[in-house]
Amino acid sequence: MNKPNTNLSRRKFLISSTAISGGFALGLQIPGANAQQESQSNAINIWVEIHEDDSVIIKYARTEMGQGSLTSAPQLVADDLDADWNQVSIEYVDVNEHIRNDRAWGDMVTVGSQTIRRSQDYLRQAGASARAMLVAAAAQAWDVPAEEITVANGDISHEASGRHSGFGAFAALAATMPVPETVSLKDPADWHIIGQPFPRVDIPASVDGSQIYGVDAELPGMVYAAVAQCPVFGGTVRSFDASTARERRGIMDIFTIDDGLALVVVADNWWRAKQALDQVNIDWDTKGNETVSNETILEFFRENLDAADGAPMPNNAGDADVAIADADQVLTADYYTPYLSHSPMEPMGATVHIQEDRVDVWTSTQAPVASLTSVATALGIPAEDVYLHRVQAGGGFGRRGGSTDYTRQAALVAQTLPTGTPVKLLWTREEDMQHDFYRPLAMYRIKAGLDADGKIQGWRARVASGSILNQMRGVPLNNGFDGISCEGFTRLPYQIEDQFQDFRQCATHVPLGFWRTVGWSQTPFAREQFIDELAVAAGEDPYHFRLKHMAEDELSRHILEQVANAVGWDEAPAEGRFRGIATTEPYGSFTAAVVELSVNDAGVINIHRVIQGINPGYVVNPDNVRAQLEGATVWAISAAMWGEITIEEGRVQESNFHNYRLMRLAEMPVMETVLAPTGGFWGGVGEPGQAPILPALCNAIYAATGTRVRSLPLQQHGFTLA
Amino acid sequence: MELHVNNATYEVDVEPEMPLLWVIRDILNLKGTKFACGIAQCGACTVHIDGEPVRSCSYPVSAAEGKLITTIEGLSENASHPVQQAWVKHQVPQCGYCQSGQIMAAVSLLNKKPQPTDADINAAMTNICRCGTYKRMREAIHDVAGSTAEFYQAQVVTERGEQS
Repeated sequence: MNKPNTNLSRRKFLISSTAISGGFALGLQIPGANAQQESQSNAINIWVEIHEDDSVIIKYARTEMGQGSLTSAPQLVADDLDADWNQVSIEYVDVNEHIRNDRAWGDMVTVGSQTIRRSQDYLRQAGASARAMLVAAAAQAWDVPAEEITVANGDISHEASGRHSGFGAFAALAATMPVPETVSLKDPADWHIIGQPFPRVDIPASVDGSQIYGVDAELPGMVYAAVAQCPVFGGTVRSFDASTARERRGIMDIFTIDDGLALVVVADNWWRAKQALDQVNIDWDTKGNETVSNETILEFFRENLDAADGAPMPNNAGDADVAIADADQVLTADYYTPYLSHSPMEPMGATVHIQEDRVDVWTSTQAPVASLTSVATALGIPAEDVYLHRVQAGGGFGRRGGSTDYTRQAALVAQTLPTGTPVKLLWTREEDMQHDFYRPLAMYRIKAGLDADGKIQGWRARVASGSILNQMRGVPLNNGFDGISCEGFTRLPYQIEDQFQDFRQCATHVPLGFWRTVGWSQTPFAREQFIDELAVAAGEDPYHFRLKHMAEDELSRHILEQVANAVGWDEAPAEGRFRGIATTEPYGSFTAAVVELSVNDAGVINIHRVIQGINPGYVVNPDNVRAQLEGATVWAISAAMWGEITIEEGRVQESNFHNYRLMRLAEMPVMETVLAPTGGFWGGVGEPGQAPILPALCNAIYAATGTRVRSLPLQQHGFTLA
Repeated sequence: MELHVNNATYEVDVEPEMPLLWVIRDILNLKGTKFACGIAQCGACTVHIDGEPVRSCSYPVSAAEGKLITTIEGLSENASHPVQQAWVKHQVPQCGYCQSGQIMAAVSLLNKKPQPTDADINAAMTNICRCGTYKRMREAIHDVAGSTAEFYQAQVVTERGEQS
């Protein structure tokens, strides 16, 4: 098949090296990494260190939260370095050093399935540059041409003279070599570390209790804070009575922060703080939002679905209305996806220690710079004086990516206490579930025609959704259009000549945030089910109906075929079993899935198999990619079956895992993963797996029951999971 | 009151109703046992009390007095318990936050049923993992089935050896 972009991106980076004791360190300037880039700041970002004992230290700038890139990103460096993976150790980049060096390590955020695809070029060049300097040093020492030197598995050798050496012997000399102006990267055919299923480096600490998360920080003299925010978003404390609470054991102080946005109890133990908090009588000013309910929200969204005009999508073409008017058959359907909570297992929290000359922060974050900056801003001090300690995050899924609410709270509490008192602020599960930044509620209306040959003739879609960018980040929308809410519609894999799609922003008081797979977590529920509805109307098999509309989209066709072949789509499943299929194109990757299930008369769904395929271009660590697909499937099925955050009297009704159900082990279906990398591009892995599961599941339910589920969760339709 | 945790004895001065979890985490400073829901729904706080899995977030410390409490830190030296080793071999954890509790639940299951069936695993492994590592947990438990007895036998021998 034809591969697009077979020429890999070869951005050039200014390389710098520096001598370290007995060895050398290599870094490179990342264009756009800092505002002073054009002025050639002297910022040095170290990506790789070679020490005289042959050890190699590779730096990692982003966060590990279970997605595995603490291992896979260094694999990129090590491969072009031709290191022996066993000699490699990995260290986090220090955030304070990053701030003090014009943010020289580039983007530190761990969001959008970006770690590999947005840093693969400079990480590989760092490895290749260090290798080139080691080779130059060996060539000088051995007095042989550099071209005759080979490097493999941490061994530098010169075949003609029979000489060879580890990296360490030449590390100091390499530091004196001129930095190469250009280096070429390995051909993927020569990779020996990229593509290997190396065990994740963080896993050993996760099996003996030694893994440190943000909530695990412990300092001498530490005190603990429990917080309550107004159950109605945006509300504040009007007054409070803490007379009983103050009498309890261990209570040190009770006060409000941030102009009444939160009430805080500080104690010598978190449980004591929390128990006392429950005894504080708080009079909340709910600021008028107490009248908002799911009913009013849904009515508002329906009005937006019906409204005449929206912000048009960039891929509109032809005349959809004329095409639909001339069609043989016309179908219209509305779909609804609710608000959802992230609910990572580690609750929100942060530890802040203010001292005279520095402030130390421990928190699990996907955005270390934003977390650090939020503390500096809250305290009114320079960011250079804040030290953020890097820890593993107990799940992120978007909750910890730039929403620094709890970090700011911890800083404000620490500021209220006597200087030098470290404080750990910790939210309850209830606080997390009721003060999240939720996956937006959205409604979709799709209308399309079919011609006499069962081909789609004309396509209209309306997306009515909150805008995370506008509401959470304050980003003004360009002509009212929000591409993130419309992911899945802005590039249809199906060739439809006449299409018109638009977007209407529906802002409510419910805070919105990036939730794993973001727009792609919900738009396929509508798009890929509607394609199935069209296939049914055309009297065609949903897999072949898709294929016939994908003539011009080879990569979409490829992953769909790979998955269909793996399941044996064209052979009927066992008696009583039914299949659904779906395909998606999220985060630069291509994913498709088949769900095989049976449903009994009582609505009990028994999922027999899930076949999940991905083409991420290149696979860096195949075992980790499979793990991400497995986890994404669990994530999607939890959302499909039970996921729903509802609003009454302006507040979230769900509070904990008893009424916000998540899948458990007994419900885990048999799962098969298909890795189908074609090469030629770098796509994401952490999020794409979820996208096709939801529609494949619902398409299978239709096949089994004849019930087309157009709103979620499935429990609202009487379905349960076996 | 006196608590026996991981073969050590601690004297703690706390309210009898304080959940064992908070004594373990904030008084004894053993951070491997995790807080996640606080209402015994998710099992991230699972420890063993006299060998039985208990969700320590909802278990008053007074009820643990005089009993043998084992946390993830006390399960083995150097992560050598077969369940811990199987968790590494099968690359089970993702974020890892729930895994102390998952491992404690799995160890308890295997202690009672060295060769568990899928149904046994379904019944015993009810802790929540938000990353969705269930497939690998099941595989790891099946893989380790039968080998826990050897581990405990070896431990007894070592302890006797050290004593003599």
